[in-house]
Amino acid sequence: MKKANLLGRREVVATLLRHRKDAIAVGGLGASTYDIAAAGDHERNLYLWGAMGGAVMIGLGLALAQPKLPVVVITGDGEMLMGMGSLATVGLQSPRNLSIVVLDNESYGETGGQVSHTASAADLVGVARACGIADARSLATLGEIETFANAMQDPSGGPRFANVKIDGANLERVMSSRDGMFILTRLRGSLGFGPI
Amino acid sequence: MHARAEASTEQAAWPEEIFAILKRFEVRQAPYVPDAGHSQLITRVLGEPSMRGIPLTTEEEGVALLVGAWAGGQRGVLLMQSSGVGNCINMLSLTQIFRFPFLTLVTMRGEWGEFNPWQVPMGTTTQGVLELAGVKTLRASHPQEVREVMEAAAGQAYNACTPTAVLLSQRLIGAKDFTK
Repeated sequence: MKKANLLGRREVVATLLRHRKDAIAVGGLGASTYDIAAAGDHERNLYLWGAMGGAVMIGLGLALAQPKLPVVVITGDGEMLMGMGSLATVGLQSPRNLSIVVLDNESYGETGGQVSHTASAADLVGVARACGIADARSLATLGEIETFANAMQDPSGGPRFANVKIDGANLERVMSSRDGMFILTRLRGSLGFGPI
Repeated sequence: MHARAEASTEQAAWPEEIFAILKRFEVRQAPYVPDAGHSQLITRVLGEPSMRGIPLTTEEEGVALLVGAWAGGQRGVLLMQSSGVGNCINMLSLTQIFRFPFLTLVTMRGEWGEFNPWQVPMGTTTQGVLELAGVKTLRASHPQEVREVMEAAAGQAYNACTPTAVLLSQRLIGAKDFTK
């Protein structure tokens, strides 16, 4: 099921991360993690294979610990819906270096494509804004994605929230590592932190 | 037995001891869902420039937050009431996946003279839930043992990355009673 004029998820994520420099990327459970892996494995990728609803909070902890580095959370509409309260927590802390991008296919793609709340009722941009994230917007073109990718490099202009309506195509899985200790230790190492 | 509302207006010594240990272990992020039993500690955290008190909408947010904090090089502590432990169950998987230094301080309800029956089911299962999720539990029931229990908990959580919960019993905090 591919609607006309909607962006493809892989192209969106590749564009977000193409000039990532020092940025840390957190991928939410499901296809978002595959999209980040497809854009290229990186020592500053934190892939999630579980913890549904936790992606934004992991991004917040990172953003507060590393205020000079851009942190971007890339997740899906279902994962975001489960952690919607975390948008209020982010709004309150207001970390300037945190960006959140929701790849919104209006469905639970991993589990058979069941329709999600964003298809007809829930407006995540409105939720984010109402939670105190003033820079909350919908992105609809690759040009807008590029502009957002540049903006998220500025660790003093956030927090930012972007919702991207994407086409619902179920793409081939691109597998990242599923070993949490490997992923975490590699990320910490890139920031200069050793094991205990 | 003091009502908890009375106890919270007095300055007890044990929350100060907890705060001093958290400071010594360089805890930087302190996510919390408020509880009356934590109010003195939360006030101290919010007034401490080296710490960031982070109010949550639900407790499992705090488990995920502490993963991010550790990934970014900081230690944290999650403050919550026993009812919040139930909210954390799936997110506690992260303590095994990432083996990060997880410490939570849990103020107990649903035990020791509890007047509110709605607190009893989760209060009764709190310790079991934590243990089933792979979190070691230590309990403090008397003011004079808080420092020792807290030292042990912080040591094993931060030095050995052993996920640990300190249960601060209702006997220590004082049972709430609105019926008087």
